[in-house]
Amino acid sequence: MTRSMVVMVALAAGMFAIAPWLINGAPSEATMGLVYKIYFFHMPSAWMFLVAATTAGVASFRLLFLKRPRADHWVIAAAELAVLFGAFTLVTGPLWARKSWGVWWVWDARLTSSLMLFMIFVAYSLLRRYGGPGSDKLGAGLALFGMANVPFIYVSVNYWRTFHPPTSVVPKLPVEMGIPLWFCVTAFTLLFVILLRVRAHLEHQRERVEALYLAEDEA
Amino acid sequence: MSAFARIVWVIVKKDLTVEVRSLEILSTTMFFAVTVVLMFSFGLVVDGRPLNDVAAAILWVAIAFSGTLALGRTFERERHNDTLRALLLAPADRPALYMGKLLGILLLMGLVELVLVPLIGLLFNAPVIQQGMLLGLLVAAGTLGFAAVGTLFAAMLMRARSRDVLLPIMLYPMTVPVMIAGVRGTAALFQPTPDAAVAQFWLSLLAAFDVVFVILALWTFEPVMTD
Repeated sequence: MTRSMVVMVALAAGMFAIAPWLINGAPSEATMGLVYKIYFFHMPSAWMFLVAATTAGVASFRLLFLKRPRADHWVIAAAELAVLFGAFTLVTGPLWARKSWGVWWVWDARLTSSLMLFMIFVAYSLLRRYGGPGSDKLGAGLALFGMANVPFIYVSVNYWRTFHPPTSVVPKLPVEMGIPLWFCVTAFTLLFVILLRVRAHLEHQRERVEALYLAEDEA
Repeated sequence: MSAFARIVWVIVKKDLTVEVRSLEILSTTMFFAVTVVLMFSFGLVVDGRPLNDVAAAILWVAIAFSGTLALGRTFERERHNDTLRALLLAPADRPALYMGKLLGILLLMGLVELVLVPLIGLLFNAPVIQQGMLLGLLVAAGTLGFAAVGTLFAAMLMRARSRDVLLPIMLYPMTVPVMIAGVRGTAALFQPTPDAAVAQFWLSLLAAFDVVFVILALWTFEPVMTD
């Protein structure tokens, strides 16, 4: 573990320890009371979900078109994080929705496109797990297509029906809500970077071990 | 005729010749599509009357299911005879191979839809003739979008294990826009008074989807099919 990693892990652990106090200190929202505070974890994880998906898309592009085999490790790491943060987003979202809209789930543009993006990355994981040899390029193609697909899902459902509050509320939040929110965003970003690096490192190591085994077999 | 068009034509002709001699994929896919429609109509026709908007949904689900089957079988045939290797060894552009395969699949799916659409009209009392032109365009654009992604994925999956289950897993989330646009557009046309404006909006969305995904597939086919 490099020194930068130690610093990041310590920082992230500290921030996640402090976050509950900050969130507790934020004022209650007029109509939703306590439940709206899920938002402080929901929105950062949703952002990390999109960052993970974008990372997977960019790494896939590097693997397929720039022929960088090691980019595959980053695709694997980012895709797994997309599943993780996606699951977190999709669990916290309905908790909020139940209180705000009175139902757990609606077929809104954001909800549907998030769910489909999540499913694409679950499909990616299944493919990598059960696809056998050659599934790295296949998976990269899937991730790339998944990226291109999101705007279409968004437009189609947006025209169909929409409920989700727009992102334009974020800059308009009062300061007492804004500080804990951006604190949580920073903490989640740190967590994302740590997990991404650790997971990609694990793949690098795995590849080296496999290469060593092969070399031993040949010797 | 340019070299690209010639290769595309050779591949389409090859697939057609094989298919015409056995009719294996066409007949099985067609029968499967009809079965799907019947299964749905047993579940969704209550007291002799179909539920609202159900016809459009059934049409598109049947297209997606039978399309998956056709895609799987077409490439399974290449794999079984190990002819894909020969195709990839041929001195031909990879995008041309993709285009040829795509046209073959489109032809198959189109023939199935020629039976499917009238059947829906018959069983669900849907007005398929009234706005026939627009309906035809919607079905064609949706099929192109579905097959463009499907052909690429089915080709990529040919060397993968458990490909039968992986194809729908990958394909269905990816073609959600096609399903939404197809179902909503067709449902607008199946109203008692067809809403052509809404159908045209969905048609233009499908056209945009088609353009983006055909280009993306032509572009990705080469790197993913090269070892």
